[in-house]
Amino acid sequence: MIARLLSALSAALCLLLAACASPPLRGTGDLGVVIERARGSVQIVEQSARRSLGRVDGLGDLSHASVVFSRDGRYAYVFGRDGGLSQVDVLSQRLVKRVMQAGNSIGGAISSDGRIVAAQNYQPGGVKLFDADTLELLAEVSTGGSKVVGLADLPGNRFAFSLFEAGEIWLIDASQPRAPQVTRYPNIGRQPYDGLASQDGRHYLAGLYGEDGLALLDTWQPEQGVRRILNGYGRGRAALPVYKMPHLRGWSLAGDYAFLPAIGHHQVLIADRRSWQEVARVPVHGQPVFVMAEPGGRRVWVNFAFPHNDTVQVIDVPSRQIVATLKPGRAILHMEFTARGDAVWLSSRDDNRLTVIDTATLNTIAELDAEQPSGIFFTWRAQRMGM
Amino acid sequence: MNWRALAVLGLSLASAAHAAEPPSPARAAALSHMLHQECGACHGLRLTGGLGSPLTAAALADKPADSLTATILDGRPGSAMPPWRPFVSADEARWLVEQLQQGRLP
Repeated sequence: MIARLLSALSAALCLLLAACASPPLRGTGDLGVVIERARGSVQIVEQSARRSLGRVDGLGDLSHASVVFSRDGRYAYVFGRDGGLSQVDVLSQRLVKRVMQAGNSIGGAISSDGRIVAAQNYQPGGVKLFDADTLELLAEVSTGGSKVVGLADLPGNRFAFSLFEAGEIWLIDASQPRAPQVTRYPNIGRQPYDGLASQDGRHYLAGLYGEDGLALLDTWQPEQGVRRILNGYGRGRAALPVYKMPHLRGWSLAGDYAFLPAIGHHQVLIADRRSWQEVARVPVHGQPVFVMAEPGGRRVWVNFAFPHNDTVQVIDVPSRQIVATLKPGRAILHMEFTARGDAVWLSSRDDNRLTVIDTATLNTIAELDAEQPSGIFFTWRAQRMGM
Repeated sequence: MNWRALAVLGLSLASAAHAAEPPSPARAAALSHMLHQECGACHGLRLTGGLGSPLTAAALADKPADSLTATILDGRPGSAMPPWRPFVSADEARWLVEQLQQGRLP
């Protein structure tokens, strides 16, 4: 009797322990990370359930932050303003490692083989390469103090970036991560503010703040150098003040077109992706910040700089008309689509809220609390070049 | 009178006033919010700099208040600094500079 009782007890205990030791198995493909900029934390969110799973604190100054994911989608690498690089385990919701790698940082990228995390810095400038597992410093590429913007991964463990002060594009080949090879493209234009790589990793585009146009490098034909596209798009018109720099990433290119923010003009520029000639300009509500094509490429969503940052507009691509003007909250800082575009998540900094919108109906389907949220990063980015 | 003469006049008027009239508490809170959030887009939420230069007390210590005030109001041509005159008065800009130089808006 006693023996049976004991055995039942121990069986129950085992079950209990097992439950504690191993949470239910799950993938990370439906998860994401949301930056809470003032608190210095991230929330881990679940896309389909539209809920927060938890929060990871202690990530430093995230007033400007960006995230890349490990190849398996388990780890988020968070690049903070204060130069902190943090590796966050999305599944266990833990800060795994954190290194202070610069005085002032702006973002980063992960290599095509997933082994190298690259951080781009404002202070002291330059790019640092880290081992993705250990965050051990592998190499440092100095830019002579010039601020690095628009770092993007390319195939073959290469990266491209631009230099704000120097007006250059650099390619680095990190196939030997401890001895990266640099190719410089000077005189690409004044004050490149951000850059993007196309989803196929072929084209690198740098947006220019100091003049009207973008610099384009075809990495399939690097010997042809950098050429100017959409040159002089603002010609003859006084530039309006820009209260926040636009952000460029691979979402700007979809189908046959590139959708790009004009600088100092309240317009979205549309270019043909073969010829890179201008096709159209769509007048919009303010200075565009993010111009993001839906994953299907049918519509383009745009948010705006202060003082127009309470508005999001949706452009229909075939007709090039604005089909919706939304007011989803105060200070909309970022938008993120699910991988197949059924929903888009928006961060409203001044309403301390995330808003999830059904892209088919444009109805709000969920709202989540978040402290001054900015960037939203879903794990599908792990599988995409240029993200 | 051209804009340059106007700017000089504006500057001398600004320097004539010793300290800025402090804004109401509600307006001060709004200005502080704008400074950290909107200016912070380039200068950092903690004002430690970004694409824009740092706005910490140490960074601004040796800079003339008048020229900082003028920069806030009218921007700095050739840089990415835009004019904030549509959103702040001359007095408010001067008050912001005072607060920044004294490190009261950390």
